[in-house]
Amino acid sequence: MDTSTKPTAVAVLRIGLTVNGQPRQLEFDPRTSLLDALREHLHLTGTKKGCDHGQCGACTVLINGRRINSCLTLAVMHDHDDVVTIEGLSAPEALHPLQAAFIKRDAFQCGYCTPGQICSAVGMLAEAKAGWPSHVTPDVASGQIALSDAEIRERMSGNICRCAAYPNIVAAIRDVAGGVSR
Amino acid sequence: MKPFTYERVTDPRAAGAAVSRAGAKFISGGTNLLDLMKLEIEQPTHLVDISRLPLKQVEDLPDGGIRIGAQAANSEVAADPRVRARYPVLAEAVLAGASGQLRNKASIGGNLLQRTRCPYFYDTAAACNKRTPGAGCAALRGVNRIHAILGASDACIATHPSDMAVAMSALEAEIELLEPNQSTRRVAIDDFYGLPGSTPHIETVLRPGEMITAVILPPPPPGRQRYRKVRDRASYEFALISVAVIIATDRETITTARVAFGAVAHKPWRSIDAEAALKGRPATLTTYQAAADAAMRSAVGRGHNDFKIELAKRTLCRTLADAAQISIGRPS
Repeated sequence: MDTSTKPTAVAVLRIGLTVNGQPRQLEFDPRTSLLDALREHLHLTGTKKGCDHGQCGACTVLINGRRINSCLTLAVMHDHDDVVTIEGLSAPEALHPLQAAFIKRDAFQCGYCTPGQICSAVGMLAEAKAGWPSHVTPDVASGQIALSDAEIRERMSGNICRCAAYPNIVAAIRDVAGGVSR
Repeated sequence: MKPFTYERVTDPRAAGAAVSRAGAKFISGGTNLLDLMKLEIEQPTHLVDISRLPLKQVEDLPDGGIRIGAQAANSEVAADPRVRARYPVLAEAVLAGASGQLRNKASIGGNLLQRTRCPYFYDTAAACNKRTPGAGCAALRGVNRIHAILGASDACIATHPSDMAVAMSALEAEIELLEPNQSTRRVAIDDFYGLPGSTPHIETVLRPGEMITAVILPPPPPGRQRYRKVRDRASYEFALISVAVIIATDRETITTARVAFGAVAHKPWRSIDAEAALKGRPATLTTYQAAADAAMRSAVGRGHNDFKIELAKRTLCRTLADAAQISIGRPS
């Protein structure tokens, strides 16, 4: 943050952050959510606005490798952070494995929740790889996480799909996680 | 959202002065505060960002306890090997709350200070003494299925929504606070929160400008720990009833027990009455039911939430049986 901007009047704040590998400078009203900064200021409209209250997961992006709801955080709080959105996961001719799996498994209908689902799954797989337990892990003290379908469902519960493509979303994530296909 | 100004503090000692101006509030993860600001339930005119303060560590203490920095993410604490090994009830409680995305963002201090999810608190067209002191309580005669059954008042029947705080109550956590004059104090979690009485807008003993810096957990008590949450959805939903128990047995006699309920009151509800009914008794369903009755002796339903009294009893019996690893069959 540019500290010359004194918090007196409704100031325009200026920050620098990395978005999909590119350094970006942004100026905005302090009220701007990270979601609105991405969509309205950087025109990265792959990240979707669903509920705008942290209940649907459509706005999920990765901050410093961790998945979060971009609607429930202020852009100004992400000065110097590294942001990855759905646009940054891959090039069109070389899809991220999760993108390819979502297509192969027909893991969407309208597609509105899909960018959030895929960004969330990227973050979720990293969490599981790091040995993080979940609500359905039988023994939270165990460091070994087997990504069963129940684990995938629990860990993805922050992403709502109004078309209810859940069985195919689980299948797509299972494919990438290396789980046994049924 | 109402306009506000923003500043970030990087030294904990600067936080109290920064937040001392009128209308100022701390912001950390923001997952609850920004939600409420969008609805204009919260209207701070100045935000003090404390999310980058160096208060993110989980540290071992010489007495065998741990100190959890207030700015640690919920997910980091639930994943911490020491928390999982020595305080599994806390890891289970944190993992039972919110979603993966929210747990990555929400701080430990923010979790403690999150506001109720009473729908009348959220509905700015409804009367709410917590939102507008003196306005009345629409929940009393409204749809109060999720509301409090213990310690409520005619001014407010809202519940505290945290899962984490329920486990911390059973673990006898202390909240470490930093005052603007740089002095620190520790408050037991059960003293940190208040009952609604006639002032439900006052939820904690936090003083103006005071900031949560850490949660201190004493060494874990003996026994097995378990957190159970009952809710309308399998995941990503607030509790109807939750229970944290820690129970130690010696040849099927209960030597010590800790019991705390969530979603029953304005604060995490430690039940000393249930604990007294368990200690020294055989680890049987009869004992668990007596403890459940003791825990709910002063419970009052408000109509739609009458079922929560029986649900709390059954949830306690089942959780005690799970933790004691003694089969009780199906509670009647």
